[in-house]
Amino acid sequence: MNAIFKRPYSLTDAPTHFCPGCTHGIAHRLIAEAMDELGITDRAIGIPGVGCCVFLYRYFPIDALEAPHGRAPACATGMKRAQPDSVIFAYQGDGDMAAIGTSEIIHAANRGENITVFFINNSVYGMTGGQMAPTTLLGQQTTTSPYGRDFKSEGYPIKMAEMLATLEGVAYSTRVALHSPKHVNQAKKAIRKAFEMQMNEMGFSMVEMLSTCNTNWRVSPLEALKMIEREMIPYFPLGVFKERTGKDFL
Amino acid sequence: MTEKKLTKGNIALAEGAIQAGCRFYFGYPITPQNDIPEYLARNLPKHGGTFIPAESEIASINMVMGAAASGKRAMTSSSGPGISLMQEGISYLAGSEMPAVIVNIMRCGPGLGGIAPTQGDYNQAVHGGGHGDYRNIVLAPGSVQEMFDLTIKAFELADRYRNPAMIIADAMIGQFQEPCRLTPEKPVEFPEKPWALTGRRGREPRLLKSLYLGDYEQEEHNLFLKQKYDEIQEKEVMVEMQHLDDAELVIIAFGTPARVAKTAIAMAREEGLKVGLIRPITLFPFPSQQILEHSRRVGKVLVVEMNTGQMVRDVRIAAHKDAEISFYGRPGGGFPFPDDVLAEIKKALGGGAR
Repeated sequence: MNAIFKRPYSLTDAPTHFCPGCTHGIAHRLIAEAMDELGITDRAIGIPGVGCCVFLYRYFPIDALEAPHGRAPACATGMKRAQPDSVIFAYQGDGDMAAIGTSEIIHAANRGENITVFFINNSVYGMTGGQMAPTTLLGQQTTTSPYGRDFKSEGYPIKMAEMLATLEGVAYSTRVALHSPKHVNQAKKAIRKAFEMQMNEMGFSMVEMLSTCNTNWRVSPLEALKMIEREMIPYFPLGVFKERTGKDFL
Repeated sequence: MTEKKLTKGNIALAEGAIQAGCRFYFGYPITPQNDIPEYLARNLPKHGGTFIPAESEIASINMVMGAAASGKRAMTSSSGPGISLMQEGISYLAGSEMPAVIVNIMRCGPGLGGIAPTQGDYNQAVHGGGHGDYRNIVLAPGSVQEMFDLTIKAFELADRYRNPAMIIADAMIGQFQEPCRLTPEKPVEFPEKPWALTGRRGREPRLLKSLYLGDYEQEEHNLFLKQKYDEIQEKEVMVEMQHLDDAELVIIAFGTPARVAKTAIAMAREEGLKVGLIRPITLFPFPSQQILEHSRRVGKVLVVEMNTGQMVRDVRIAAHKDAEISFYGRPGGGFPFPDDVLAEIKKALGGGAR
């Protein structure tokens, strides 16, 4: 009998700590599949930020460095400069990248560091219990925006993929979603392309993934998937915001 | 004899880093240490090295972390406020056991502070600075030659113990010029790094981390680090001692105040006052044993610092219980001149001394 579906080689069989329904697991699997297909498992190094993403090293059988909160792009910068033959990727949540780490992500992107960053946007701080993040939607209730996010006080949700696309050093900036088979397939292609950008020395690549946090959103996993379609995508449109096709920057 | 060249302290340090095999420097401008990044921006590329003018000191220390995790010798330098911003990263380096060299050419604090010579950051460097139960290896050069030699030493110690090593110097040591031998005294040591992240490439995956959530895992890790610090304390103390045999008073000082003390000691000895010197070269590990022995025998101790009294607390802990300890401090860019120190010597020796 032929196996038609199996665990990617680049994914361990460790049970994840993610809540049932969380789409971090899907993102992990897609990254592992891309590493398998590109044959980079042996030279990939993962740098998780702080939060639910921190245990990346349990799930990928690769070298890993635990970065301080928000600093993964700076760690990745030092690492990639030190070993250009390795494939270096950071994996950050929205508190990590879009709040405390804005300086590091913007300047790594602007320098055109040849690294790949995966960005999980689930509109809240997950691990600490669902506090308001810079990506929290207007009106969204969280433990620290109990009356709903109000732009007059908390400003607007930050659009990282669009913002980074404005920087010359960026080779690839895209936003995908993880709530349906069709979108998961698109996400997979984007993840693969992001790695390929790095392998072809094109510069900085970033994939923003709209993800669920059904636990902190206080909804069922299925309802959370619907909320991505209904509430997140209208504000955070999917698409490719920058894609370099040649080394035209040289 | 090896040729000596008139060299500025900061330049000697930067050249020492290159000679130590450091090929990765990341930094952000701040006075009075700008000669270091400027020298390395010019010279690292000639050695195939990487210089990145980072967007902040926070980014600098984390870039250092990335290069250090890769098994490469990496350094950053800064001053006062910049070093404060790096403390998070330094704590991670210590917790994850990564070697790196951090240079602090101190400025006066608190806050933005002035740029005159000062030693206000002793506590920050020696007693942690960042969060958690850890120690930095701390070296305190007292001359331009030591800016060169101790930088090489800092890289060797950092690698040997997989721990951040900090060099702290006042702006005087950083900015003045002295003749300096710009080649290593002995071949530079390069320990193996079987922990470095290089992509697993056929071996088992490696991990550098500082998060321990299992029962007692963190305690075990902290106790392991403590053992390492004890070993450093036991093996790596560096100290200069002068004129202690007949001394009736010992001055304890590091950096520029130790140089001033030497002049004051010579003046005192001309007047028949028997004064000696203990100059800690490593601030951690601290020369506690030497201080205990000599303070017991000599009985009187004068600590001179360019702050309001930071190292003096460690001296009080180390010294013999019967030792009389006095302190002379000039903070915030105030400067202890030899005459001032001589007056303190006379005060400490009291009327009875000849």
